[in-house]
Amino acid sequence: MLIPFFYLLRDGGMKTSITELLTLLEAMQKGVAGQSVDDFYYLSRSCLVKDESKLDRFDRIFASYFNGVEDSFADLMADIPDEWLRRQAELMLSDEERAQIEALGGFEELMQALQQRLEEQSERHEGGNKWIGTAGTSPFGAYGYNPEGVRIGQQSSRNRSAAKVWDRREYRNLDDSVELGTRNIKIALRRLRKFAREGAADQLDLEDTIDKTARNAGLLDIRMVPERHNAVKVLLCLDIGGSMDDHVRVCEELFSASRSEFKHLEYFYFHNFIYESMWKDNRRRHAERVPTVDITHKYGSDYKLVFVGDATMSPYEIVYAGGSVEHWNEEPGAVWIKRLLNTFPKAIWLNPEPQNRWDYTPSVKLTRELMDDRMYPLTLAGLDDGIKGLH
Amino acid sequence: MANSKFTGTSTYVATDDLMMAVNAAVTLERPILVKGEPGTGKTQLAIEVANSLGKPLYEWHIKSTTKAQQGLYEYDAVARLRDSQLGDDRVHDISNYIVRGKVWEAFESGEQPVLLIDEVDKADIEFPNDLLRELDRMEFYVYETKRLIKAVHRPVIVITSNNEKELPDAFLRRCFFHYIKFPDKETMQRIVDVHFPKLKKDLLGEALNAFYKVRDVPGLKKKPSTSELLDWIKLLLAEDIPPEALRAKDSRTAIPPLYGALLKNEQDVHLFEQLVFLDRRAGSNP
Repeated sequence: MLIPFFYLLRDGGMKTSITELLTLLEAMQKGVAGQSVDDFYYLSRSCLVKDESKLDRFDRIFASYFNGVEDSFADLMADIPDEWLRRQAELMLSDEERAQIEALGGFEELMQALQQRLEEQSERHEGGNKWIGTAGTSPFGAYGYNPEGVRIGQQSSRNRSAAKVWDRREYRNLDDSVELGTRNIKIALRRLRKFAREGAADQLDLEDTIDKTARNAGLLDIRMVPERHNAVKVLLCLDIGGSMDDHVRVCEELFSASRSEFKHLEYFYFHNFIYESMWKDNRRRHAERVPTVDITHKYGSDYKLVFVGDATMSPYEIVYAGGSVEHWNEEPGAVWIKRLLNTFPKAIWLNPEPQNRWDYTPSVKLTRELMDDRMYPLTLAGLDDGIKGLH
Repeated sequence: MANSKFTGTSTYVATDDLMMAVNAAVTLERPILVKGEPGTGKTQLAIEVANSLGKPLYEWHIKSTTKAQQGLYEYDAVARLRDSQLGDDRVHDISNYIVRGKVWEAFESGEQPVLLIDEVDKADIEFPNDLLRELDRMEFYVYETKRLIKAVHRPVIVITSNNEKELPDAFLRRCFFHYIKFPDKETMQRIVDVHFPKLKKDLLGEALNAFYKVRDVPGLKKKPSTSELLDWIKLLLAEDIPPEALRAKDSRTAIPPLYGALLKNEQDVHLFEQLVFLDRRAGSNP
């Protein structure tokens, strides 16, 4: 019975593995969950979901799968504390509201309508729906039975109708559906590592100590060395604004991954193409600019230069003086990029546009020629290739 | 062993889903990974599990410089070198210089222990990968003495993470997972009751209201969490603040007393005071 559920989870975009399913089955065999569907829900969630941003997705799939199966947990369903609910509701309701309930066809009808409405709400949730915020006006709001956070249950969740534990979807705001790929990017960037010893000598150099001690006729002579650091220096130039807006997320990921991976990371922003100046703070791009000449003078040729941009623009912006869309540039961008490439021979261009579209844009072709074909797609594979190109 | 179930303790309130996750991990002898907002009792969980099941606890706190090897064992070459200079007899046996780590200690424990690996995300991103075999098979190899160390009793391993780094899939697949979500008002009431059984009802009610109001202030860098609430109530009790002072109806007392225990961040305090000030101005204008 669980195998279809497993595939439903995988179809729903959860990366549930076979090991995890087997763990769940083993736990059930050992009787961890007992007979109740609540316990089963908690157990399967703990086995199959390993990321809190996926909890909401799991809740939705669980609800859709087990809506039909609930009857098999007959013993549990008998436990639904209708009595209790009714009493609680009566305690909380005014006479007026009670009259409204009668008008809706009594308590059972109301509960059904409520369930329906909740289902409707979860289905329409994506597109910003009218149900949220109706808590005050709808008769259901009076119960506080609203997925917005108030609930009908008591302190002990055992008294709650089991189906509703997941139907409440408490983890909704954790599902940002943004898959952070920083870990993968970091791993790719690790290939760029080149360790060197710099700074204070604070580690015991075992080999040298033994060697020196032996030469010292057996008298201990302790030798220390500095810790190894990643000595790779990176100059990151990011295209920002305009057509790059579509790629903001992947650029942010790359940026945050490289920030923590390199000790010497300098970054600059440009718009569309490189001209006589760039900037470091995007909010003050017009006030605080760094002349490109200064960059070539300040940083040594051991820096590795990485451009990130879609290189999608009018070819004029590259080859003509005055081609820039933002200002009058005395010299064409092609001259400036050549200057940078002369100072920093180890350079690549990462392009977030899909590679199969590159040939349709003349400016991409042009940039690629200027970079001596060292343009790579901003994907993990492309990053891997690009880093090989930097060595 | 598996007949005793974790159901929370007199000082720790466990929700049903948390109990289920812990009991599954205990029964199947697999690690449990606990995530959640800071201050929701992740580390405390391991201590309470050990307490309530009557098992010894081994704590391994992870720092950014911690290596997986340090949890297993370390070879103290310097001590051996020094002993060789002094002509100490111990020097001939390399096992005298193998320093046991927390994982080794837990593996050799006479009864099933609880092992806490605290803040696993603080370490290097390769750290969890280096512990895969140890967590899975509960054994490791000491190369210096050519010895295989195998767990006598598979420990209950509780791993906590603050989400500073993502953990690798292979690691996650070997764990049970629980996300401690921020407690709702009822659970919070139970938690406070457990810590301050003699607290006046009205004071608690007002304190909880004020607390959730502070949590709702938009834009706070660090929202106050359970442990901050408990500290704050401790202070309120020590200062003997009357419940009325918390009600914040009167604009002059709109800032909860001793709010320094709730807000731990200069910008947050500043933001909070500003909001209260704006509120007050809006209130005074007809």
